[in-house]
Amino acid sequence: MQNFSYVSAARPEEAVKALGRGCAFIAGGTELLNWMRLGIATPDTLIDIGGMEGHSRIERTGDHLIIGALATLNEVGEHPLVRAHATVLADACLKAASPQIRNRATLGGNVLQKTRCAYFRSETPLPWGCNKRSPGSGCAARDGLNELHAVLGWADHCVATHPSDPAVALACLDASAEVMGKRRRMLPMTDFHVSQVEAQAMFKAAGTGSLLPAHEAQIETRLARDELILAYHIPIHDGERSAYLKVRERESYEYALVSAAATVALDGGLITRARIALGSVAQKPWRLVETEAALIGRRLVREEISAALRTLFEQARPLAHNEYKVQLAANAALRAVLAAGGVS
Amino acid sequence: MIGRSITRLEGHAKVTGKARYAADNNLARVLHAVLVGAPIANGRVLSIDTEAAQRVRGVVRVLTHSDMPRFGAVSFPSAILKLPMQDDVIRHEGTPVAIVLAESLESAEEGAGAVVVRARSESPLVPRDSAGETPVRMGFGEDLNRGDVPGALQRAAHRVEQRFIQPARHHNPMEPSATVAEWFGDTLFLYDSVQAGFNLPPVMAAVFGIDAKNVRVIAPHTGGGFGCKGWVWPHEILAAAAARVAGRPVKLVLTRAQMYANVGYQPLVRQDIALGCDAEGKLAALRHDVVNTTSIVETWTEAATEISRGLYAVPALQLTQRVERVHANLPTAMRAPAEGPGSWALESAMDELALLLRMDPLDLRLANYAQTDPVHGKPWSSNKLREAYAEGARLFGWRERGQLPRHDGPWRIGFGMAACTMTTFRHPAAARVRLQDDGGAVVEAGTHDIGTGTTTILPQICADTLGIDVARVSIQHGDTTLPDAGPVYGSSATMGVGSAVMLAARDALAKVARLAREPVETLDFAAAMRRIGVAEIVGDGRFALPGNASFNADGAGTPDAMRTWGAVFLEVGVDPDLGLVRLRRAVGSYSAGRIVNPLTARSQITGGIIWEWGKATMEQSLQEPRHGRWLAKNLSNVAIPVNADIPAAITVHFVEEHDEHASPLGAKGIGELGATGVAAAVANAVFDAVGIRVRELPILPSKLIRDLSS
Ligand SMILES: Cc1cc2nc3c(=O)[nH]c(=O)nc-3n(C[C@H](O)[C@H](O)[C@H](O)COP(=O)(O)OP(=O)(O)OC[C@H]3O[C@@H](n4cnc5c(N)ncnc54)[C@H](O)[C@@H]3O)c2cc1C
Ligand code: SF4
Repeated sequence: MQNFSYVSAARPEEAVKALGRGCAFIAGGTELLNWMRLGIATPDTLIDIGGMEGHSRIERTGDHLIIGALATLNEVGEHPLVRAHATVLADACLKAASPQIRNRATLGGNVLQKTRCAYFRSETPLPWGCNKRSPGSGCAARDGLNELHAVLGWADHCVATHPSDPAVALACLDASAEVMGKRRRMLPMTDFHVSQVEAQAMFKAAGTGSLLPAHEAQIETRLARDELILAYHIPIHDGERSAYLKVRERESYEYALVSAAATVALDGGLITRARIALGSVAQKPWRLVETEAALIGRRLVREEISAALRTLFEQARPLAHNEYKVQLAANAALRAVLAAGGVS
Repeated sequence: MIGRSITRLEGHAKVTGKARYAADNNLARVLHAVLVGAPIANGRVLSIDTEAAQRVRGVVRVLTHSDMPRFGAVSFPSAILKLPMQDDVIRHEGTPVAIVLAESLESAEEGAGAVVVRARSESPLVPRDSAGETPVRMGFGEDLNRGDVPGALQRAAHRVEQRFIQPARHHNPMEPSATVAEWFGDTLFLYDSVQAGFNLPPVMAAVFGIDAKNVRVIAPHTGGGFGCKGWVWPHEILAAAAARVAGRPVKLVLTRAQMYANVGYQPLVRQDIALGCDAEGKLAALRHDVVNTTSIVETWTEAATEISRGLYAVPALQLTQRVERVHANLPTAMRAPAEGPGSWALESAMDELALLLRMDPLDLRLANYAQTDPVHGKPWSSNKLREAYAEGARLFGWRERGQLPRHDGPWRIGFGMAACTMTTFRHPAAARVRLQDDGGAVVEAGTHDIGTGTTTILPQICADTLGIDVARVSIQHGDTTLPDAGPVYGSSATMGVGSAVMLAARDALAKVARLAREPVETLDFAAAMRRIGVAEIVGDGRFALPGNASFNADGAGTPDAMRTWGAVFLEVGVDPDLGLVRLRRAVGSYSAGRIVNPLTARSQITGGIIWEWGKATMEQSLQEPRHGRWLAKNLSNVAIPVNADIPAAITVHFVEEHDEHASPLGAKGIGELGATGVAAAVANAVFDAVGIRVRELPILPSKLIRDLSS
């Protein structure tokens, strides 16, 4: 048990101002408290943002859906506007965690959850190397048991995946996060998370004395340490439908082995626009841009979609124990595209 | 013969939090203990720096092997013989090397975090597919060589030879193990989370050099055990030792993570099976070679060959059991030991044989039905397996399955079946029944409610014997000052304690009848007691084994062979794109002696089927190959089934049966029977759905997708 102080912020400005060294925002607390129990995080001040009023609103303004960062996964998943215009996000939320956790878990905190890598999630003191936990100690999963790890974008310093379901849907929907630090800015959700390869580049470019963590394995997003997520902005495209598919060995209350989010617009049986993002294959939701381009003008049938997915097999770099993930991800993407187009 | 379905008498206390579990006992002046585990799997402790821990506010004492008193030598029912904190040797990760005692749990946890353990590490032995070594001490699962197995296999018209593997799995009971220990001079009180309170006094007596009579164990409720709270584990001894050293009561609750390395688990089991039969499917030979992992200095034999001695009539049998030593904690019995693993291999192989024969797998089983005990030729105490097969098949529509749909949206549907069987384990038990002159009765038995409904059916048995309403019967249980009711494991409690309660009730009635000079048959005991002016009459009951043995398996040493029987029929869906396997419906049909309460019996079987569904499709505890530690020690990285995995369509049927050879009550065990056969039935159904035979559990999407996409 490590003592910490607690302050509650009524407004975002207050929260950002209060944030100093050793501080952490806390929203629902479903992740952060686990980190504190395991010794993954040891903040000395918690800044509770859960009471900030007006930040769990879900509304439509013009051609965007706006979802406040404090909206819980259940609120998002069950909201009629989300169900109508962003089915993929609603389903991703409702397929996450358990009903009890979804009542507390916020969409803001969700995208900042950390990997489920079993090496990483061990109690302190860690018996093995993990660069995310202890910078420079190595990556035990790289040559250890890595059945659940990344097949894309990994580097030797870390092969973890990001476990969020909603993040995959948000990246697929071309959503942006409205964030506030010293100033407000919009951060596209396709760029929010970074692969380990991207993290390496950021680390090299930044040099010492930057705001970045001590080790490249600890860089997981492009959100600055002092930035707060206020809301997500999701463009609404009429006539587009979406679906989320989550593959897991048990039916509920389990993270994905792989997942796939897809949106499809059809015209006369031909695909006019498609977007696909894969989950649990990399440290970020993995958009299949080549496949999306190849699908335009294609019919919504298994053979044509499968053909467009072939590039995935060329890009993937499976580890010793997770070659199955590549085929599984391709099949999940296929099924998500079909489901989005109305074929089950 | 089948009894009445009544709901849980203890249910209200449990859902309102009134039922007291070990850690609910908050004693005055109690110290909270937190264990510090070894950071490595193989090596020696070089030093333990406790200075920082001692400085944590609230920490009273930090014990290490250098100041822990030396314990006396222990034997069974201590789970392990080489106790921790007695020397500097580390044989598995997580073995206790220090204990922090503090005024609060928070202080103790903080103190434990501040203890610095330095160790010299050597590379650990992990599972490695060796031939294994012959175990020294074997309870059952003896090797057997009868008939000419190689010759019969060679001459067989059809032959299956395959290897079946299942990973290690932990029990994961809802309540982690917890012990509260308090000394009064040389008398030790233990509030403990156990399946067998009477196992503690002899072990504690040996450790501390005290009289076993001076050890009292109080444990009315246990939050699930499944075997990991059966024998005495080191944390119970360490809690008592710490309390003695500190001179204050000590409470020790294992964390979920500590449960992985401080109590047992079911080991990794590799089984090689060879079956040979004639053209009609009659088995000629069966070879069954089993290797399971065990710890470095202690031996657990996972006696998977037991099933091959009992289930089928096979003339030539060759059975071997070997163990492979790894740097991990000692495995132990886990719900459906022996036949759980054994049925996975044998019943998968039988399905493969049926395919070669182009025979209905049910017909293959019927063709090899064992009229008598195949090894000893003894008659069965009772065996209505054929009725169970027939009724299960009828309830499932097994014979008509060819007309059922094979697709449902993306799902391919498959059907599979397997036989179920379990050794009958029996333990002696004693109980008391106190009749009151107001027409009520009290059952007294030193047993525990581990979640199975023991405290419902014991009053029920008593009420039925006395001919009164169960609402008039109360129960005193969970205390070693009560009659020794034996353990609540090995599916033996209802049979043993239930019989003892029945006999005690009969004894009490007979006493009243004698005093009142009335025939028992027409006796109104309350009226009679009032008439003769006796307020209370005490009856004693004892379920004893032949030769007053403390344990009996399979009816050994009696004229009869004893087992329980059944069959499970499953329908699964397999999504060939995603490698998903889902249970759609299940029928289990059993021949298991008298069923005292169909409702609690159904819960046991349903739980067993779910238990094995987890084994079949998701559960595994992996030993990290380089560090030797369990890779994951929490329920978020170790999947077990959730409600959404379990369809409503689980039908449980019991054949009407009364086995007076097994127990006076006519009952046998059912707690583990449901957890046999299912994994094989799942694999058989998966094969039926998509033509892929998985021989290594669990049947994960990763395994199916490899073959499905090629
Ligand atoms: C048992 C379990 C199962 C789960 N299963 C799934 C699953 O299947 N799929 C899935 O996607 N997720 C799953 N989750 C994760 C869960 O959805 C997240 O824990 C939750 O969404 C986090 O939100 P929170 O509000 O509780 O975050 P907190 O725990 O409060 O915070 C988490 C992190 O986010 C930061 N943070 C929170 N809000 C903001 C903000 N507005 N701006 C900036 N930083 C912020 C905090 O500082 C902290 O670093 C599971 C969690 C648990 C405990
Ligand atoms: S994959 Fe990443 S999180 Fe896992 S052990 Fe390696 S560095 Fe740590």
